[in-house]
Amino acid sequence: MTSLAPARGPAIGRPWATWVTAAVCVVVGVLVPLLNVVTPETSILHVSAVTVALTGKLTCYAIVAVAMDLVWGFAGILSLCHGLFFALGGYAMGMYLMRVIGGEGMYRSALPDFMVFLDWKELPWYWRGFDHFGFALVMALLVPGLLAYVFGYFAFRSRIRGVYFSIVTQAVTYAAMLLFFRNATGFGGNNGLTDFKRILGYSLREPSTRAALCAASGAGLALTYLLCRFVVRSRAGRVLTAMRDVEAKVRFCGYDPVAYKLFAWTLSAMLCGLAGALYVPQVGIINPSEMQTSSSVEIAIWAAVGGRGTLVGPIFGAYLVNGGKSWLTAAFPTAWLYVLGTLFVVITLVLPGGLVRAFSGAGRGRDLMAGWIRDLASKRAASGTSSNVPLPAANLAAPAPPTTVAATDQEEP
Amino acid sequence: MSTVVEASKITGPSARPEVREVAAIAPLLEVDKVTVSFDGFRALNELTLTLMPGELRCIVGPNGAGKTTMMDVVTGKTRPDTGTVRFAGRDVTRMTEHAIVALGIGRKFQRPTVFPGHTVFENLELSSQGGKGVFRMLRAHLTTDERLAIDRTLELIGLADHQRQLGGLLSHGQKQWLEIGMLLVSQPKMLLVDEPVAGMTQQEIERTEEILASLAGEHTVVVVEHDMDFVRKIATKVTVLHEGSVLAEGSMSEVQNDPRVIEVYLGA
Repeated sequence: MTSLAPARGPAIGRPWATWVTAAVCVVVGVLVPLLNVVTPETSILHVSAVTVALTGKLTCYAIVAVAMDLVWGFAGILSLCHGLFFALGGYAMGMYLMRVIGGEGMYRSALPDFMVFLDWKELPWYWRGFDHFGFALVMALLVPGLLAYVFGYFAFRSRIRGVYFSIVTQAVTYAAMLLFFRNATGFGGNNGLTDFKRILGYSLREPSTRAALCAASGAGLALTYLLCRFVVRSRAGRVLTAMRDVEAKVRFCGYDPVAYKLFAWTLSAMLCGLAGALYVPQVGIINPSEMQTSSSVEIAIWAAVGGRGTLVGPIFGAYLVNGGKSWLTAAFPTAWLYVLGTLFVVITLVLPGGLVRAFSGAGRGRDLMAGWIRDLASKRAASGTSSNVPLPAANLAAPAPPTTVAATDQEEP
Repeated sequence: MSTVVEASKITGPSARPEVREVAAIAPLLEVDKVTVSFDGFRALNELTLTLMPGELRCIVGPNGAGKTTMMDVVTGKTRPDTGTVRFAGRDVTRMTEHAIVALGIGRKFQRPTVFPGHTVFENLELSSQGGKGVFRMLRAHLTTDERLAIDRTLELIGLADHQRQLGGLLSHGQKQWLEIGMLLVSQPKMLLVDEPVAGMTQQEIERTEEILASLAGEHTVVVVEHDMDFVRKIATKVTVLHEGSVLAEGSMSEVQNDPRVIEVYLGA
């Protein structure tokens, strides 16, 4: 057998990426929760409850960022509704958390407080089953997945692409937010779901429960990364990136772009649902503000800052941007939005490949840029003249080939 | 001159009875009275065209004659207003692009389109034959046969030494060959090749002639080309399109002496 180049994944040829991600997951999923629970508060190794809560929260954002990278970085679909998928997962888990409050609510009723307040007599049908953790977890994955599948099917089949697709996703998010703001929708309206007491029988106030949730988020991030890595390194992943670069050609290679987009899109939405389900018990509230269009735009910024098409970059992007956000909003509350905007502009202009590519040198990425530039140059040259563009060297070496039958006819006797 | 003689040797004056004989075999492609209009402009006007298996056919015609639109219709990129397209006995008029590819029609575009961010090898891998479903592709690895097919193609198109290079970094001619290679790996029944030598150097044109000539017989090949030297060298049969329908059909010398063709091209 001839030795052929082992087919590698196109964009993540960096062996360190997986190790770095593994290290992040170990720190978040094992080290931080362990140092919080095991060490006494006086120890210098002790990690405060605030840090645990923040770490867990940021890790959920990191999951969303990786999911975003799968569709944006690898499949070229810029989604502005990942915040919605995230919120839907959060609502599913929130519904479970509301149900297990039981009769301990303010009104001492079996119904969630907001329903008593609205004078509802019985549980709406779509709240059934949410007394069970397993059911809620499945719904946290299924509901965003199903919405993504149905919406994606119609959008991709109609060949809605690029910025048009992004705008439609933003409209969907906005519509969903308006729907969830209504009291009659049955998810607590403006206030959302809050005042949770316990999860799986463990009190949410206990530091050990919070440490466990942080660890679960770390595990969720590891799972998400491995799953996405498997997808992008498979032959299907190479089809996805090919589709991102030249969609028409992929079609003429015999692939159905609708199926590939739908797969990546639905998987990504389900991962967002998972992140939302991990997020809500840690922050203690879910309300329609999570569905604001700005939240979805921020997700795209995390991915862009870290580096699209790298999987590991968006993880850093999520920690960095959100870490900066929690520090800045406390230190200089009015400055945050300016900093975010500036960051996005600077990254886009100076480091279009994101932080990861800037630091790793990324030979392959640079090759790609050179290729694109050359493509662009040849396109310019081609559009300047007719369809026949002999290279300058060829012009000197041989007479230009005749372009039409007319030209040859004149040559014939 | 000599090339014209060669061409007539192959088809000869007895071309007609031959065609009648082959007609007993089912034609591979039948385009039947296809009309396509863009905002009132008739790009194709009741175009009727038949191709036999194994044929190498060149399609020529002035700009706007409908050559590329014809390819768009056959490959499912454009839907005809009226008329039908049948391939290997099946009606493909309303099929999607990828379904038509699965039936065995491969197409090379006018502008070389390869995947810029994938290596030459990966470009060929992407066009390999076999199931193209998402869930299959998640698990699939290249089989030995597929690897050998890619290997052979790399040799044929002369890019064996460049297999790890990114598609976007190839020269114009290399991209054209890679694209032809991508078609070959997928082993289509019929190849549609749009202007394969546009923008090539003389040496590159000769190499392309060799590649296409080696395909004739085994594959059915349709070539759209402006370069008449090139057409004369490779084609046995030429179809001239004009204003969306067939103006003349036959060997190169027949076509060139056809008074209607001369009129269209010289504007008598």
